[in-house]
Amino acid sequence: MAFVELKDIWLRYGGAEGTLALKNASMSVRDGEFVAVVGPSGCGKSTLMKAVTGLWPPTRGEVTVAGKAVKGPVGIVGMAFQNSVQLPWRNTLDNIMLPLEIVEPHASRLHAHKSDYVAKARELMGLVGLTGFEKRYPWQLSGGMQQRASLCRALIHDPKLLMLDEPFGALDMFTREELWGVLQDLWMARKPTVILVTHDLREAVFLADRILVMSARPGRFVAEYNVPFPRPRTLETTYLPDFIEITHMLRSLIQSARQDAA
Amino acid sequence: MPWMVITGFILVWELICLIFPIKTFILPAPHVIVQSMITWWPQILENSGQTLFTTVVGFLIAVAFGLAGGVVIGSSTLIYNGFYPLLIGFNAIPKVAIVPILVLWFGIGTVPAIITAFIISFFPILVNVATGIATVEPELKDVLRALGASNRQIIMKVGLPRSMPYFFASLKVAITVAFVGSIMSETVAANVGIGALMMAAQGRFEVPLVFAGLIATAVMGIMLYVIAETIERRVIGWATRGINGPGSV
Ligand SMILES: Nc1ncnc2c1ncn2[C@@H]1O[C@H](COP(=O)(O)OP(=O)(O)OP(=O)(O)O)[C@@H](O)[C@H]1O
Ligand SMILES: [Mg+2]
Repeated sequence: MAFVELKDIWLRYGGAEGTLALKNASMSVRDGEFVAVVGPSGCGKSTLMKAVTGLWPPTRGEVTVAGKAVKGPVGIVGMAFQNSVQLPWRNTLDNIMLPLEIVEPHASRLHAHKSDYVAKARELMGLVGLTGFEKRYPWQLSGGMQQRASLCRALIHDPKLLMLDEPFGALDMFTREELWGVLQDLWMARKPTVILVTHDLREAVFLADRILVMSARPGRFVAEYNVPFPRPRTLETTYLPDFIEITHMLRSLIQSARQDAA
Repeated sequence: MPWMVITGFILVWELICLIFPIKTFILPAPHVIVQSMITWWPQILENSGQTLFTTVVGFLIAVAFGLAGGVVIGSSTLIYNGFYPLLIGFNAIPKVAIVPILVLWFGIGTVPAIITAFIISFFPILVNVATGIATVEPELKDVLRALGASNRQIIMKVGLPRSMPYFFASLKVAITVAFVGSIMSETVAANVGIGALMMAAQGRFEVPLVFAGLIATAVMGIMLYVIAETIERRVIGWATRGINGPGSV
């Protein structure tokens, strides 16, 4: 059964004259599946994330997550926003632990089991290479570090659905490839359902079970591709001829999606 | 630097009084004021204490109500848009006009002074907190909303902390105007307090004492401001991104 299901979603920002960001978008994601969404810039990928998380209700159509119609945001979702928003009055550790103060059962346990949760947060920070930055404030971190913190915050409450909107956009290639490995390990260990939006086609092919391609705005899904490589994938995988061929094919799909719009 | 300016100012003042034959009851020379301060020290101290007391009590009530009211008004766009013009209107009423009404209701003395201090300092706090909460970036709210947070949680975790710079900025203004409010009320309707002291001295043509009272007022005003500012800097370093922190200006 599908864990995330969108049926003919339309989403228009503002009134009747507003921007139509999604039109007839349908997709379905299995429980525990890792899906990547790619498409031309401005096609409505972030909008799709907002619709799935319940942050922005669709104008038409229905989203279901875990068998329930989405009426508003729920705690089983962890989200990393495109512009890694951190609360400036909280240090990195407290920012990462924020979901624990909101989402049950953690919120009621947090006080009594503080040290366990702190240990867990530190462990996550260690995995993404943030050790030693616990007490730093967001503005004292580089853009890439803020994105890592944002990834930790999305994961801290063990969400069943992980929504990642270009989580590695501000990182250099080496760090990015390193974090692909980290994310893959985390996913293999906990098997959350993941929807990853990315502009990096190699990233999509490396991480995803299935890649969905969106059209230019108003966005809908025009193609999908199942990635055959076994896991765990390594950097060696990215040099396989098949891997390169898939990225080329995706590139031309997006290219033609852009031209259709023009 | 401020000390040099003040010293220079006093020197020039003294010189002017020395060179031109200005009557003491028009503009007393600084040394005359100092003499009067020494003579009247116990009275100045006692009345200053009273003024400080009414100021601080009125101010604290204003903080409590201003914060609470600001949260309520700021958390709803509807209430915010509806109330804002009303608040500005209220704020525009000259508070001196309220004092006689307060006297009518509460008699003279401590109570009208406290209430005047409260009313006058309540508005800046209320308006600032409401603005701080009403203008929270939607992105910050979304971080909380995405987790399924309730409105109350969003206010506690984002609205309030986010409005703190506004709140503390308003405290500096509020404490100073609370002080002005107290003194204003004392000059009209009280027997104690630095305002009452100055009015009494004026009635007896003891102009040096009036000036001594003025100076006491200025000193207290600066004191309160400095306290408010120190607290502000301690609490909301994040708002300046640590620019005011050690090692920089
Ligand atoms: N809050 C909003 N109000 C009005 N219009 C919006 C809003 N957010 C996005 N849009 C518009 O909706 C369209 C899709 O935006 P969206 O952010 O979903 O694109 P995207 O695919 O994530 O782009 P990118 O790849 O550059 O991140 C754009 O035309 C954008 O201008
Ligand atoms: Mg986007």
